[in-house]
Amino acid sequence: MSIDYQKTKKHKSPLKVLLKRLAQNKMGLAGVVVILILIFVAAFAHILEPYSYKLQDISNMSQPPSLTHLLGTDEFGRDLLSRIIRGARISFTVGVVSVAMSVLIGLVVGGLAGYFGGKVDLILTSFADLTWSMPSILIALLLVAIIGPGLESVVLAIGLSYWAQYARLIRGQILSLKTSVYIEATRSLGASDFVILVKHLIPNSISPVIVAATIGVGNAIVLEATLGFLGMGAQPPTPSWGAMMSSGTAYLFISPWVIVFPGIAMMITVLGFNLFGDALVDIMDVKNRESNL
Amino acid sequence: MLKVSDLAVEFTVDKKTIRPISGISFEMQKGEVLGVVGETGSGKSLTAHAIMGLTSLVGGKISGQIVFEGKDLLSKSHKDMQSIRGAEISFIPQNPMTSLDPVYRVGDQIVEGLLKHLKITKWAAKKRAIELMEQLRIPNAERVFEQYPHQLSGGLKQRIVIAIGIGTEPKLIIADEPTTALDVTVQAQIIRLFKELTVANNVGLLLITHDLGVIAQICDKIAVMYAGNVVEHGDIKTVFSDPKHPYTRALLDCIPYIGMKKGSLKAIEGNVPTPSNFPKGCRYSSRCPYVIPQCKTEFPETIELACGTKVTCNKFDLNLPRH
Repeated sequence: MSIDYQKTKKHKSPLKVLLKRLAQNKMGLAGVVVILILIFVAAFAHILEPYSYKLQDISNMSQPPSLTHLLGTDEFGRDLLSRIIRGARISFTVGVVSVAMSVLIGLVVGGLAGYFGGKVDLILTSFADLTWSMPSILIALLLVAIIGPGLESVVLAIGLSYWAQYARLIRGQILSLKTSVYIEATRSLGASDFVILVKHLIPNSISPVIVAATIGVGNAIVLEATLGFLGMGAQPPTPSWGAMMSSGTAYLFISPWVIVFPGIAMMITVLGFNLFGDALVDIMDVKNRESNL
Repeated sequence: MLKVSDLAVEFTVDKKTIRPISGISFEMQKGEVLGVVGETGSGKSLTAHAIMGLTSLVGGKISGQIVFEGKDLLSKSHKDMQSIRGAEISFIPQNPMTSLDPVYRVGDQIVEGLLKHLKITKWAAKKRAIELMEQLRIPNAERVFEQYPHQLSGGLKQRIVIAIGIGTEPKLIIADEPTTALDVTVQAQIIRLFKELTVANNVGLLLITHDLGVIAQICDKIAVMYAGNVVEHGDIKTVFSDPKHPYTRALLDCIPYIGMKKGSLKAIEGNVPTPSNFPKGCRYSSRCPYVIPQCKTEFPETIELACGTKVTCNKFDLNLPRH
């Protein structure tokens, strides 16, 4: 059967293919660059910041951008650039950890609901719909009010208010996949429900979840800023972008830069995640994958 | 080795109960090849699923008896069935194009079954997987081992699926139309491979197909199914040389042969009735040329004839008036 052999193409690792296709997608690449810069800044915030983020200098309060303070200072004379750099660490951590949490909850709930169906499905899906039908900001506010303000409760609040969309996504995927022939084949090999669900169904239905999660990080960062703006997030002097903008509102007409620069930082970050997410939709599209490999 | 008696599967759809298969009885011995043949919709695949215990997952209720090596499969728990599936009875699904998991390398999919059912190390399992692939004449087995399903041709995928099915050394292989999706040239090879395997390892093969040519080549016994019933069951030579049931005869008449006149290709008029409107009497009565009034009202009994063939037809019921 030399003909069969001729037909098989050179083996490429899926990651390499993914990277290659990403390189061809300009917008996606821009998103990746933004995310990489954010990761770099977040990781080395303590080295990159020109001043300490909590160093107060009352003689230099509310200074406009200058050579000594590139982005100006806030009402306590703290260097805005340093605070934005520190804030990147917080935004990134909150975004990634809370989304990881909601994806995990979503995988468990959606996986069980989709695979077992029947009453399990009814109960879990109703619960997910219930969560989904409430504005996530309200759930987050409620949770923060119960647990008390702080970074951990923000992560928990965002994680617990965004999981429903991932649960619904994964449930739908599993519903359509669980009757597919290869799952039946796996089952006829004697695989247990756990193996079928974790080893075969979830890996096969994960790509739309990865896409949604990437965009979800952007949303989580906005929600963190919102909670921070409302004073429910990180407590002073921890420099969360939302909290910085919130304190800047009082001095809007004296020092508008305090509210503008964290806003721009957040806008670029969220845009980066959204661009990357949109690119992933194209890259991970199964129909495309078959033809381009 | 496998004895199926009075097997029926029941589904409830919109509060109505339908029984796509009922009264299925057949048996096979160790190392035998049983061909199950019938038109689309006759219940062949469902019978296979019922034996594997896979119908309950789609809401089917099974009744009757399936005895495999002295074990009553229908009384086994969900857990017990998991250790029988794959290890003792393996199933080779219909379409090789869709029966491999797209996210894993094909080699790992063979290894998965081996690791589950044979007590061997990962390394030994990989070695065995490559041996299996070579045994199935997959060229460059070590290289194919590393590839993903979409990189392989249909013929290769089918061999991988067969490797998964036979790798765990089952005592019975159920193959659901294993060659339907393949080119005629590859079909013959795969069928020959099957025959070799069953003879070499003394395993039973339950081969589902609608291709009588395939049946004639490798089967020892045949069960002809029509609208959810086994209408004729017996030794392949006896059935082929002297088909008893009108349906079997009609099926055999439909095979084209070299030298036949153009336009004389035969077909059986009409369609297989759907499970929701099976006729009350014999299910073949609407298409049968030998129909007698009783066929419309009375369900025929299964009769064992002197030649050993079991046939379900009123024609052979001596208590009924002859026509």
